[in-house]
Amino acid sequence: MTSSHNATCEDRRPDHVGGEGPNPPQAPVKGESLGREAWRRLRHNHAAMASLIVLALMTLICVVGPWLLPWGLAEVDWNAFGVAPTLEGFHLLGTDANGRDLLTRTLYGGRISLSVALVATLVSLVIGVLYGAIAGYMGGRVDNLMMRFVDIMYSLPFMFLVILLMVVLGRNILLIYAAIGAVEWLDMARIVRGQTLSLKRREFIEASHALGVKDRTIVVRHLIPNSIGPVIIYVTLTVPKVILLESFLSFLGLGVQEPLTSWGVLISEGTSNMQGAPWMLIVPASFLAVTLFCLNFLGDGLRDALDPRTR
Amino acid sequence: MLNYIAKRLAMAVPTLLIVITVSFFLMRVAPGGPFDGERQLPPEIEANLMAAYHLDEPLWMQYLRYMGNLVQGDFGPSFKYKDFSVTELIMQGFPVSLELGALAIALALLLGIPMGVMAALRRNSALDYSLMGVALGGIAVPNFVIAPLMALFFGVILGWLPVGGWNGGALPNLVLPVIALAIQQIAYIARMMRASMIEVLGSHFIRTARAKGLSEREVILRHALRPAMLPVLSYLGPAIAGIITGSVVIEQIFGLPGIGRYFVQGALNRDYTLVMGTVVFYGVLIVLMNLIVDLLYSLFDPQIRYDDD
Amino acid sequence: MINSKKLTIAAGVMALAVQSLDLSAATLRIDNGAEPGTLDPHQSSGTWESRIIREMFETLVSHGPQGELVPGLAERWEISDDGTTLTFHLREEAQWSDGEPITAEDAVFSLRRLLQPAMAAYNANLYYPIEGARAINSGEAQAETLGVEALDDHTLRIHLVRPTAWFMQALAMNEAAPLPEHYLSEHPDNWIAPGRTPVSGPFSLSEWVPQDHITLSRNPAYFAADSVALDEAVFYPIEDANSALNRYRAGSLDISYSSVPSQRFDWVQENLPEALRVSPFVAEYFYMFNLREESPFSDVRVREALNLATRREVITEQLLGMGQIPSSWLVPRVTEGGTRGQMAFADMSMDARMARARELMQAAGYGPGNPLQVELRYNTLEDHKRIAVALAAMWKPLGVDITLNNSEAATHYAAVNEGNFELARYGMVATINDPYDFLGSYATDGSAARSTGYHNAAYDELVTQSSRILDDEERARVLTQAQQTLLDDYALLPLYDYVNTALVSPRVSGWHPTPMNVHPLRYVSIEE
Repeated sequence: MTSSHNATCEDRRPDHVGGEGPNPPQAPVKGESLGREAWRRLRHNHAAMASLIVLALMTLICVVGPWLLPWGLAEVDWNAFGVAPTLEGFHLLGTDANGRDLLTRTLYGGRISLSVALVATLVSLVIGVLYGAIAGYMGGRVDNLMMRFVDIMYSLPFMFLVILLMVVLGRNILLIYAAIGAVEWLDMARIVRGQTLSLKRREFIEASHALGVKDRTIVVRHLIPNSIGPVIIYVTLTVPKVILLESFLSFLGLGVQEPLTSWGVLISEGTSNMQGAPWMLIVPASFLAVTLFCLNFLGDGLRDALDPRTR
Repeated sequence: MLNYIAKRLAMAVPTLLIVITVSFFLMRVAPGGPFDGERQLPPEIEANLMAAYHLDEPLWMQYLRYMGNLVQGDFGPSFKYKDFSVTELIMQGFPVSLELGALAIALALLLGIPMGVMAALRRNSALDYSLMGVALGGIAVPNFVIAPLMALFFGVILGWLPVGGWNGGALPNLVLPVIALAIQQIAYIARMMRASMIEVLGSHFIRTARAKGLSEREVILRHALRPAMLPVLSYLGPAIAGIITGSVVIEQIFGLPGIGRYFVQGALNRDYTLVMGTVVFYGVLIVLMNLIVDLLYSLFDPQIRYDDD
Repeated sequence: MINSKKLTIAAGVMALAVQSLDLSAATLRIDNGAEPGTLDPHQSSGTWESRIIREMFETLVSHGPQGELVPGLAERWEISDDGTTLTFHLREEAQWSDGEPITAEDAVFSLRRLLQPAMAAYNANLYYPIEGARAINSGEAQAETLGVEALDDHTLRIHLVRPTAWFMQALAMNEAAPLPEHYLSEHPDNWIAPGRTPVSGPFSLSEWVPQDHITLSRNPAYFAADSVALDEAVFYPIEDANSALNRYRAGSLDISYSSVPSQRFDWVQENLPEALRVSPFVAEYFYMFNLREESPFSDVRVREALNLATRREVITEQLLGMGQIPSSWLVPRVTEGGTRGQMAFADMSMDARMARARELMQAAGYGPGNPLQVELRYNTLEDHKRIAVALAAMWKPLGVDITLNNSEAATHYAAVNEGNFELARYGMVATINDPYDFLGSYATDGSAARSTGYHNAAYDELVTQSSRILDDEERARVLTQAQQTLLDDYALLPLYDYVNTALVSPRVSGWHPTPMNVHPLRYVSIEE
């Protein structure tokens, strides 16, 4: 095929060989300076830094905010069922259909949603990336077996998995993280494996191999960093998925329980009220949207900063 | 290559066997049964129902009975939809879900890939920001929010399109559900495409191609596009299997007779035979789609070969 | 190119022609709320099935336009003085849609089939008053021993074990409809088939696309076919209330049974007043107390206190606002039979109720230092959640600490049925319009008694006694006494009587709100 020529071109990547280095003793030192350098480059990316600051503020507001507001999480204002944003009674962003202050609930919900997103995404990232890289690198029978396990996990009825988890382990917020992480790593694993399959035949990897670098080092030092682009993007796509999936788990009874809430739950409540009381949807959805936009800019910035080639 | 395909297909059998077995027991140890509803049944009636569906037998016997029927291609009658067999339900609903899903995927690829490529080429320009802003909007607004709004606006207020219903698959009935299904996929594909395109454009072989004096168009279309598609391709395998098996949200909002609802409602109703039917069907699709994607890999990147082993 | 265009136009014209044909026929488009699980009269379990089955299979005793009992396939009947022998005289002119006569044998065949254990019919127990029925349904006797006989082609006799006040209602249900023995004996499986199944009712099944639509067409062989105005009725299984509302507004539905979500009620009331129909429903929304010893609710004082502290008007007016009736009873007020009775606090002021509730809690040993900690279970649904949240807030001043626990329906009801709960949401919808349907559930062997562990010998005796009384007034008195016993025990936490909501286009006439949500289409017509 015509592209076999391109492929040989691609193999010769002096910047890779130099930057990532097939030379094992140098690797740790390079790794550290890599992180520092990435941070330096990230700091120069205004959009990414602004996003980082907004995300930090968002987290801070969700953690501290509820203590500063006059209404409690479960406190009902018996005179204000489903009212639009108003200063009366200090419902700055209105109340929900049960007369509870929406801003207060959205901030509490943020604590849940942000932590669910953080933990579940990290779990899926770590498992998915390692699993995918190992499968792709080892190839052959190992790859085949590992990926068939992924197929099996894809095919199992998730809902029963969840219901059963609840029965066996009881109701526990940590379980949400586990359950969500347990399904979200599959896509990640497939993506990283695809990248690895393509990378591992390139010269710099084969060279490392020939030089006797340990498989483990090749995977961790070369394959994973070189598939970081798609990985970071997929992570930023996973976050909203996880936050909304959490509301489905709440439907099944595994997620947060009233009076506690989450952005996902607030959004699905808001949807059923969206025509009569649009603020019930707009408020939590805006918090989610801001978070996503920031995450994406941050993700793009991180990708640029970490890309071994753009240095 | 053929050897590889044969090997993979041979492996599909034990894979599916594990899926079926694990799902069967998973489903059966979960609390709640098909007859646990708001109307609590008298003991005599419940006993009759249990006997009629062989639920009074030991679990292993039920498993063997199920596997025996399955081997003969019999998925059994649905518990909830008693006048139809599970096979009939899936075969009647699948064409609907397939049509909607295939159109949505096609739309997503047609829009998502060019969006991603353009954004990558004009990186950090106004075009990039607006394209990615749109894509992020598609991710931030879930389809259970956007779909009813579209139905309200285009169906009720403007009256341009039907609010819902399948109507034998008439074109006007397809428009809104296909768009609602595609929005998120467009956004995903555009985001991933942009990222991997940027990656590929920065790589050495593209620089070489450019240095050779190839036109930009040629560089992108002939050299950059295919390797940049790899992550999208990896994502598409399971995504397509998911989309062509329907979406319960879209089906309910637009009143469409697809099979997406069976995945969720089957489980909620503890319709054991229907759940198993969907599991087997979905499992087969997952195995097939992932095989196809793996084969396509080597088409998109000739370095990927599966001949070791 | 030109040709293909012409073809397209021709096809378009044809499509138009077909459509206008459809329009000239009187077609009623109904949102049925859900996909029927079956159209077999013996297998059905819900209104979304009965609504269609009733139109296909006429019963001996049928429903009039207001839901009242009227002669159906039987033009008259006699009941013996002791109330145990019923004799029905079938219309001689009645035939199946395939031309075969409808006979008393068809009725015997149907009831025997219904009670066979293998049929596993959900509602078989409603026919246990027939001699031999329970034994047959439990697999202890042959179907032939059933106390139902065809005296001749058009005379049917039913022997009951004991007089049963509500039995006529059971006979009006689709389960008791005669079935075409001649067809069923040849096609025992898959006998429900569009265009083939012989029917006795005003409509026959002409199309069934699962999850899409079911079309019924006028049955010219129906005994009262001349009085049927509709040519066709199309049922759509629309599950999402908002999309049903959208489709009604877009003019693609004439009647909608699922389209008024509580969140949109005010809007509908304001914008579609001519179409909105709200009427009391024979169904009760309440919470079950687990009365077993290990539960905190084994103490009657705690049960009374929570009942006192519950502001039902807040729930019906502020949370729901659809005209639900706040209740302190189990039997919905609209139920036939005139059962009354209520909890003792009806005339007390809210302050007095709260004061009394605090006293009771204190007497039961609970207080600020020792709050009552209870888990409240409900099945996931927006309105259930809102009510549960409001209840928790209402009881908080009593020092009651509620943990909410939601789960999807199957898990929820499994827990309720096993008695694995402390306080659980429950909705009881009548299968027959009679107080027994509600009160019987808390009596010996009743479903609620099994879930909650309720037992009161005096109550059981009153309920059993009531079934045998044929005099309406005497029966109402005994049933009221039974209900009062249950309420004096504070055995449950009633909240409200349900309402039915529907959207009915002003073009539709002959549709009346009925307490059991029965709307026979033979009386309905639509303006073109």
